[in-house]
Amino acid sequence: MYQYDDYDRRIIVERAQQFRGQVARRLTGEITEEEFKPLRLQNGLYMQLHAYMLRVAIPYGLLSSTQVRKLAHIARTYDRGYGHLTTRQNIQYNWPKLTDVPAILDELASVEMHAVQTSGNCVRNITADHFAGIARDELEDPRPYCEILRQWSTFHPEFAHLPRKFKIAMTGAPGNDRAAVRFHDIGVRIVENAQGERGFEVLVGGGMGRTPLIGEVIREFLPKPHLLSYIESILRVYNLHGRRDNKYKARIKILVSALGIDEFRRRVDEDWEASRTPALELPDAEVARVSAFFAPPPYQVLPADDQVGVIQLGRDRVLGNWVSNNVDAHKVPGYSAVVISVKQPGIPPGDVSDTQLDAIADIADRYSFGHVVVTHTQNLVLPDVRTSELPRLHAELRALDLGEANANKITDVITCPGLDYCDLANARSIPLSLEIAARFDRVDYLNDVGDVSIKISGCINACGHHHVGNIGILGIDKRGEEFYQLMLGGSPGNDASIGKILGRALAQDEIVDAVEKVLDRYLEIRESPDERFLDAVRRVGFDPFKVAVYGSADPLDAGGD
Amino acid sequence: MQIIRDRAIVDDDFVHVPDGAELPEAGKPIVTLAHYARARETLLARYPTVGVRVPSDKLPTDIPELARVALVAIEFPKFTDGRGYTVGRMLRERHAFRGELRAVGWVLRDQLRYLERCGFNAFELKPGKPLESALEAFDELAGTYQAAVDDPRPIYRRR
Ligand code: SF4
Repeated sequence: MYQYDDYDRRIIVERAQQFRGQVARRLTGEITEEEFKPLRLQNGLYMQLHAYMLRVAIPYGLLSSTQVRKLAHIARTYDRGYGHLTTRQNIQYNWPKLTDVPAILDELASVEMHAVQTSGNCVRNITADHFAGIARDELEDPRPYCEILRQWSTFHPEFAHLPRKFKIAMTGAPGNDRAAVRFHDIGVRIVENAQGERGFEVLVGGGMGRTPLIGEVIREFLPKPHLLSYIESILRVYNLHGRRDNKYKARIKILVSALGIDEFRRRVDEDWEASRTPALELPDAEVARVSAFFAPPPYQVLPADDQVGVIQLGRDRVLGNWVSNNVDAHKVPGYSAVVISVKQPGIPPGDVSDTQLDAIADIADRYSFGHVVVTHTQNLVLPDVRTSELPRLHAELRALDLGEANANKITDVITCPGLDYCDLANARSIPLSLEIAARFDRVDYLNDVGDVSIKISGCINACGHHHVGNIGILGIDKRGEEFYQLMLGGSPGNDASIGKILGRALAQDEIVDAVEKVLDRYLEIRESPDERFLDAVRRVGFDPFKVAVYGSADPLDAGGD
Repeated sequence: MQIIRDRAIVDDDFVHVPDGAELPEAGKPIVTLAHYARARETLLARYPTVGVRVPSDKLPTDIPELARVALVAIEFPKFTDGRGYTVGRMLRERHAFRGELRAVGWVLRDQLRYLERCGFNAFELKPGKPLESALEAFDELAGTYQAAVDDPRPIYRRR
């Protein structure tokens, strides 16, 4: 993975020093809370319902075991013994003290980490495919470009006060988008043109929140050297013309849809022609320098046998089931990618304890060349595990309560923090996810239903990505009571779609029943076990599900539209 | 009034002239963009040095005969309004503006470094904010990754 040189190290150390001064000036009252807010936000410090929350950047989700140990240490020393994995491949701490934050930043800097630009109206952490570098369907590893973008975006002097936050995601697997690039302010796909040259397809204006939109292609093929100058032009047009009068209309997607993609593209191209210089072009040597950090680890040459299949059919059903659900194909024969589910019954999705983190670091050292990846589905990946070691690894993970075999299944729920932590929430989301986990904690049912994503947001801001859940749940407020809207049909991937509301909102004691009815109806109507939930919904439409949930497809009974 | 210019605290030798206010006998006025656009010939004939105060929603191309202007003051109505950073860069990089580029309005110490990198060389801090300690801000975050006005080379041409 990328290693800081003196230059990178100096920049991060200087930042920690600067923030120490800012905190001191806030404490003396030299700067007001209003003036301090953007400063702390750009250092990852949020004010939540009960306390500050510190969000630590994990560029493109990749961690070394040393860094994981440091995260464990921070959880133990400065928090209540756990951290929370986020949907943007970061980790956040919910209980740090303001006066401890400079010390935490120093700790992070010691392992080449930081909390820079993890919140605030600036370019946020760049996210990527969590199987980057190991996926069989990948054209090229996106992480070197993500790192180059990370450096470019870090303390960019022109774009620190954008109209609103700005998120960029990248995938090198154009046929299988695991990074939801169509739902980002900018999405980048590595593609090959008709001449067989590699470059970038650039999408703009996707997003969730109150106004979910699928990103549109602004440039079909951008030659690689122009990555930074072109993205900079997009940012510049946005910085000048994005709305600043209403924070709910301030994201770039609103500007793109107001102008139309063609006019937006024209403005970007105009700026690009005026601003690009030869000096901005990305030299091959720099790409090579950064790429070298992501060179494959020293894999052993192993035969391409079918050990995975053997384990799946073996006598140990628990192991076989875990391998079926949580182990993914690797591009190197004899190796597998392992998803560690951080969705355990009774634990808020994405919460990991300090002892678990320490143990994961040790496991990563012993099984996966010391690397761990955070996924945007709030799980962890061990990217490079020898397939023959899967049984041993699984036993170790189970001993840590991390052996749940539910990756991509209904209990692999994504949730936002909701009313338990967030002052914007209408409804609780964590207890709902726990109820879902408890209700469907039956291996056979889980496997029968197959791959279904459930995503829960506590309010319309959609931090839980409910718009792109195959089943989306949105907390709303109905006369002071917590209610939930049920949505079906969303997908974040290549077949991107935004879920639609099934019918009238459901009360707290109805919503999980409704999910079960929807799933049961799916089992009845699917053409074969190979027809995924999402495909069945797309084929039959909403009526059968309305009947299942509301007893009738009549809008008068089902409500909504 | 004191301002920061070229990383030093100096007495301001310009005077702001709001719309409708009396022009000074002599000296260096900073007039509004609307005033300048309306009466530029008279102003430039009367004063050897003229500054223009530009609202945050204007672009460099909105300033007629930029080359004859000695100072451009970009307004920051809120410290979170970041348009001026782009306008500053454009003035320096695309319009070769060599005069004084001044940030006015809700300008805070913690913006000085980025503003300077975007081409600003003069700063009127928000009233009540200490100037002396603000000078330290220029030495914070000395390391940079991007090309900007202070250095047109991105990090990969400097490493
Ligand atoms: S979706 Fe709403 S409730 Fe959930 S974290 Fe975001 S703002 Fe808070």
